[in-house]
Amino acid sequence: MKKAPTIITGTVGVDAHVIGTKVVSRALRDAGFNVVELGMQVSPEEFINVAQETNADAILMSSLYGMAELDLKEFNEKRREAGLGDMLLYIGGNLVIGRYDPKEVEPRFKKLGFDRVYPPETDIVAVIDSDLKKDLKTKGKM
Amino acid sequence: MDDIRLLIDFGSTFTKVVAVDLDKVEVVATARVPSTVESDITVGLGEALKKIEENTGIGDLEEREALACSSAAGGLRMVCAGFVPELTSKAANLAALGAGAKVIGCYSHKLTQQEIEEIEAASPDIVLLSGGTDGGDEQVIIHNASMVSRTGRAISNVIIAGNKTACDEIRAIFRDNSKNVLYTSNVMPEIGVLDVAPCNKEIRDLFMRNIIEAKGIARAKAIIKDVIMPTPSAVLEAARLIADGYGDAGGFGDLIVIDVGGATTDVHSIAQGKPARPDTIIAGLHEPYEKRTVEGDLGLRYNLDRLLELVKERETPPNFDAIVKGFHEGKLPQTGEEKACHLLLSCLTMEVAVSRHAGRIEVVYGPTGETLVQHGKDLTHIKTVIGTGGPVVFSGNRREILEHALFREDNPFVLKPRDPDLYIDEQYILYAVGLLSQVEPEKALNLARKYLKRI
Ligand code: B12
Repeated sequence: MKKAPTIITGTVGVDAHVIGTKVVSRALRDAGFNVVELGMQVSPEEFINVAQETNADAILMSSLYGMAELDLKEFNEKRREAGLGDMLLYIGGNLVIGRYDPKEVEPRFKKLGFDRVYPPETDIVAVIDSDLKKDLKTKGKM
Repeated sequence: MDDIRLLIDFGSTFTKVVAVDLDKVEVVATARVPSTVESDITVGLGEALKKIEENTGIGDLEEREALACSSAAGGLRMVCAGFVPELTSKAANLAALGAGAKVIGCYSHKLTQQEIEEIEAASPDIVLLSGGTDGGDEQVIIHNASMVSRTGRAISNVIIAGNKTACDEIRAIFRDNSKNVLYTSNVMPEIGVLDVAPCNKEIRDLFMRNIIEAKGIARAKAIIKDVIMPTPSAVLEAARLIADGYGDAGGFGDLIVIDVGGATTDVHSIAQGKPARPDTIIAGLHEPYEKRTVEGDLGLRYNLDRLLELVKERETPPNFDAIVKGFHEGKLPQTGEEKACHLLLSCLTMEVAVSRHAGRIEVVYGPTGETLVQHGKDLTHIKTVIGTGGPVVFSGNRREILEHALFREDNPFVLKPRDPDLYIDEQYILYAVGLLSQVEPEKALNLARKYLKRI
C-alpha cells in the first residue's frame, strides 16, 4: 500500500476566518490523509515552502474575506518556479467580495493555477470522496 | 586543602585558566598566556598552569580534574545544507550555531558540482545535512548525501539530520564509504517544529571524540581531564544556567549575552520570544528557546570592513580612517581620539549584532486594517543583558556600549529589550561558568551571581 497522501490546508493572505479550514483539515484527517495544517493567514510563499519540504500532494486553500485574487496574483508562477507544477491545487470559500456567480469566478481562479474552484459553503466531505480521491488516483498519488 | 577547580579556555590567541575555590565560590587565580596549538598545545597550557601553581599552591591533583573548552585551530567549522532556505536550511544552521560551531557555509536545495567543490575546498570539520520533514521530501537530502559521499578526505565527518524516511537510502549510499557518518533525529520533523537538541548533542560528541583529536587539542588530555565543548557552547551553557537557575536556586529569567570579539560578535538569547500582543501572528520558523547567532562580519579587529561601511552614514571623530587602520594592525586605543573611534565602532557592533538577532514586527494592511506579523523572537520584555568580550569589558564606556543593545523608539519594529538591567562579565568567567555547570551547576550559578557586575 502506498503511504497516505500529504495535503496542506490554510487560509491565504491575511484572511482570519480559521473555522472553515479547521473543518476541512478534520475531514481530511478523518478520511485518512496526512494533513499539514497551517491555520490562518498563510502567505503564498509559505504554502510553497511547506509544500516543497513536505513533498505535498495537494493544497486545499481557503479564503473567506474576498481578497483571494489579490493575494494569489503571482502564486502560479512562483509554484511552477519551485518545481510544484504537478501538485493539486484546490480553493474554496468566499472568493470575491459580495454575492457572486461561481461560474463567472471559476475561470479566473483556474487561470491562477487552481485545478478546482469551489463556491461558498461547499460540502468538504463530498469533495474528498468525489474529486480529491479521483484526482490523486489519476496522478498516481493514491 | 581547599577544593579548587581549574577551568580552561583554549582560544585561538590566548589560553586562559581560571582557578575557582568551590567551597568559597571564589576565583582564586587567573592566568592568560599565548596559545600554542599550532606547535604543541601542552606547552602554553603548562606555562599557564605554572602561573596558577605559583599563586595558589595547587598541583597535579587539581590539574587532573581540570575541564576545558576550545575555540583554537579555527574552532568547530561546519557547513550546513538543507532544502528550503527558510525551513530546513535555517533549522540546520540554528542547530550548528547552538552547538557552538562556526558555520562557514550554508546551502539550500540540491547541491551543484560547483558547490560541493567549494565545500570540499573549505574542508569543514563537519558537514550537516538536513532536508524534508519526516515523511516529506526525500530527493534533496539523498542527492546531497550522494554528492558528499563522492568527496575526498577533506570531508570526514557527516551528520544526517533530515527526513527519517530517507535514512535507509542514505545508509546505502555511504555503505562502503570511509567517512564517519552519524544519523540523528530530524532538525525539523514537521512544519513549525524545530528539534535541534539531539543534533546539538551529536555535534558536541563528535567534537569531543574526533575533532579535538584531529586538531591536536586532545594532547591537552595528558595533563587535564578533558576538553568537553567548543567555547561558544560553554558560553551558551552559562547563559542557560544563569537564566533558568538550578534546582531551588532561581535564575535571572530570560536574558541576552553579547560577546564582542576581535573577529566576530556572538549573541545568545535565552527566551521563548513569544509576541507581546496576543493578536500578533508569527511568521516563519519558531526559533529555539536557546538561540545563538554569530555575526561573522562584525569584529573590532579583523572584520572592520562591514563596520566601516555602516559608519559612512554617521559623523566620525577626527582622524577616523588612520586610527581605524591602527586597530586593524592590532593597536589598542590609548589617546582620547583613538578611544572615541573605538567607542563608536563598539557601539555600532553592539547595535547591529543585537538588531540582527532580535525578531521584528511587520505591519500588514488588510481589509480589517492592520495585522501585526512577527518574524523571530520578541525580546522586548527581557530584563537581563550581559556584555562580555574584550572590547566591552575593557572599555571605559561599558554602559554606553551596552545601551546600544536596547530598543529604540525611532525603530520600533526591531524587538530589542526595552528596559533591562545591564551586567558586565568583568572577570571573563562566563566560559568557566558554562564548564563548571556540567559538574557543579549550583556552584556555577553562584559563581555567576558573584562575578557578573551590574552597571
Ligand atoms: C465567523 C465570521 C467571522 C469571524 C471569524 C472568526 C474566526 N476566527 O474564524 C470574524 C468576526 C473574526 C470575522 C471577521 C471578518 N469578516 Co467574517 N464572517 C464570519 C462568518 C459569519 C462565518 C464564517 C465561518 O466561520 N463559517 C463556518 C465555516 C465552517 O464555514 P466556511 O468557512 O464557509 O467553510 C466551509 C466551506 O466553505 C468549505 N470550505 C472552506 N474552505 C474550503 C476550501 C476548499 C478547497 C473546499 C473544497 C471547501 C472549503 O468547507 C467548510 C466546511 O463546510 C461569515 C459569513 C458566512 N456565513 O460565511 C462572515 C464573512 C466571511 N466575513 C466577512 C467579512 C467582510 C469579514 C471582515 C472583513 C469584517 C470586517 N470588516 O471586519 C473581517 C475579516 C477579518 C479577516 N482579516 O479575515 C464576509 C466576507 C465577504 C466577502 N467575501 O465578500 C462574510 C461572508 C460575511 C458577509 N456576508 O459579509 N468574520
